[in-house]
Amino acid sequence: MPIMNMVQAINLALKEEMALDDRVVLLGEDVARDGGVFRVSEGLLDAFGPERVIDTPLSESAIVGAAVGMAAYGLLPVAEIQFMGFIYPALDQIFANAARLRSRSRGRYSAPLVVRTPYGAGIKAPELHEESTEALFCQMPGIKVVVPSGPYQAKGLLLSAIRDPDPVIFLEPTRLYRMIREEVPEGEYTVPLGKARLAREGKAVTVIAWGSMLERTLKAVEGYDAEVIDLLTLSPFDEETLLASVRKTGRAVIVQEAPLTCGLGAELSATLAEQAILHLKGPILRVAAPDVPIPLARLVDHYLPSVERIREALEEILKY
Amino acid sequence: MPVNVIESLTVKRLEILDPQGNADEGLLPPLPEEEIMRMYELLVLSRAFDERALSLQREGRIGTYPSILGQEASQVGSALAIARGDRVFPSFRETGVQIALGYPIHLLLQYWGGDERGLRTPDGLNIFPICVSVGTHLPHAVGAALAARIRREQCAVIAYFGDGATSKGDFHEGFNMAGVFGLPVVFICQNNQWAISVPVERQTAAGTLARKAWAYGFEGVQVDGNDVFAVYRATSEALAKARQGGGPTFIECHTYRVADHTTADDASRYRSAAEVAEWRKRDPLLRLRLFMERKGLWTEEDEKNAWQRARTTVDDAVKEAESAPPPEPEELFQYARATLSPRQQRQLKEIAERGVRNAE
Ligand SMILES: Cc1ncc(C[n+]2csc(CCOP(=O)(O)OP(=O)(O)O)c2C)c(N)n1
Ligand SMILES: [Mg+2]
Repeated sequence: MPIMNMVQAINLALKEEMALDDRVVLLGEDVARDGGVFRVSEGLLDAFGPERVIDTPLSESAIVGAAVGMAAYGLLPVAEIQFMGFIYPALDQIFANAARLRSRSRGRYSAPLVVRTPYGAGIKAPELHEESTEALFCQMPGIKVVVPSGPYQAKGLLLSAIRDPDPVIFLEPTRLYRMIREEVPEGEYTVPLGKARLAREGKAVTVIAWGSMLERTLKAVEGYDAEVIDLLTLSPFDEETLLASVRKTGRAVIVQEAPLTCGLGAELSATLAEQAILHLKGPILRVAAPDVPIPLARLVDHYLPSVERIREALEEILKY
Repeated sequence: MPVNVIESLTVKRLEILDPQGNADEGLLPPLPEEEIMRMYELLVLSRAFDERALSLQREGRIGTYPSILGQEASQVGSALAIARGDRVFPSFRETGVQIALGYPIHLLLQYWGGDERGLRTPDGLNIFPICVSVGTHLPHAVGAALAARIRREQCAVIAYFGDGATSKGDFHEGFNMAGVFGLPVVFICQNNQWAISVPVERQTAAGTLARKAWAYGFEGVQVDGNDVFAVYRATSEALAKARQGGGPTFIECHTYRVADHTTADDASRYRSAAEVAEWRKRDPLLRLRLFMERKGLWTEEDEKNAWQRARTTVDDAVKEAESAPPPEPEELFQYARATLSPRQQRQLKEIAERGVRNAE
């Protein structure tokens, strides 16, 4: 099996799915001739031509808006937003349109599109290049939100996302793009949406993470009897797996890269409290960034949850 | 019924100084000789800064940096037309504008080095923080112009952006509002032919960007963006018109991004070396220098001295930027809100106590 990083795995997923299904069309800024600023779509223009791999004018709103129309009329568009910080001009299209086309047309139309975007901090990039505002999208009932944590998951999840009948926001943690290399099968396999993954088994505490925080979490739990859940799909998230684990361990720590307040961790925490509070030995703890705009490179280490902060949370919860 | 032409548009292009340094004397702006030399020194300083920033990036001393190589005349020429009370809304590729307006160079280096303290414009300068989200500052410029009108302040507003930005809704929405209200704002686009890997012909089907203004009811003009006199003249006139209540103007500076999009880009993946070489021949510095030499204003010696001075200025700025104490974690919170919530205060306390231990 070939060993590859996440960029290569996503590229492979796109290539295979485009070969398999000619309804799949890529569009975005610099995705064709340049192969994407992270090279995720490298080689695809040559393989599939300019009708299937489209360099658009610089307009996120038009990229996603066009994807809605394309999806409604027979295509499976995979739109790239160059960085998550530039998805905001497209929120109108995502929130007011893509997310509710199925509902507003009472099932007559739907928007089976994917919006891929590099997401998250830790690559010392300029302003707006390191956002993690995933919770905004999780608040929108008509769409799904997916975050892979490594190459294998990335390929399998992206295939599921493209095949999903509803719009999927596919967030690719930039810090992991080239950090993790692992075996990725060629050919068909999918990782189902809506299912979390047990990244590590343990009995004393459940730690829930996603994206680049999973990598730090796995470092932090070394030496602890901790169960680690890789959420993978943030919306709709896998309640069953979370609850089963927390009922078993009786302790929960949630690690999120985004600012604390109203992040996804808040929803997870509320769900655990509502449905498993009688199994809990102590409070549900969240490790998150502070409630400030994400800083530039010089201060980002003070901002991002560190391995040490995750460990402190473990120590604290294990006192109960 | 006959079909009548009810409207047609003409787009003018202004050129004053050709690549050989010959000027159209009739169009030459009335600048004293010292001012022309100052213009040239600012072009040199902008380029010296740019060269240094690129090498600092390669050495890992600053982060990703967008070069202005080739666009110096568009930037310095327009900036020198700006009056003190005017309000400036730059994009991220405007170091030449910032330098010409007196933005401290060490702050530019701090910013590109990942330190947000570099974003604070010194008091007395009206320069908005550079806009990274392409085109989103155009409506701000419109609002600043509206504020000036409502508060009866005599000033004009100028917003800078690229060819790629003309595809954004903000461009059209901002232009439209400026046109409807007839506001004192000058929109200046550096059409450097590329938006990362997308050439301007794939950005718009319009033959010029300048013509886009007509649809919003005001004038658009193209200028040779590598001709500092043309840029200066067009900008001065547009700003004067704005201040006198004549409404908005759009200036398209026809220029070229000679370097990669940023230090994170490799332009050889998508454009030919021949195209770049062709534009290098239209170097904006060279033509002003030839002009000055022809006028007897400038010698080989002056040239050496100007570069010497510029490099010293940049060296000093590098020293100042690099000797600044590292930003404290408090900086994260200091400007998050005018007043921190109790929760933010707790977070600040915790992060400050943790100090550098937080680094992974
Ligand atoms: C809204 C938004 N989308 C995407 C980007 C990423 N990006 C940065 S610069 C750029 C191209 C801008 O082209 P242009 O407006 O011509 O300005 P130039 O870079 O040529 O100065 C892109 C796509 C961004 N900064 N903001
Ligand atoms: Mg451009």
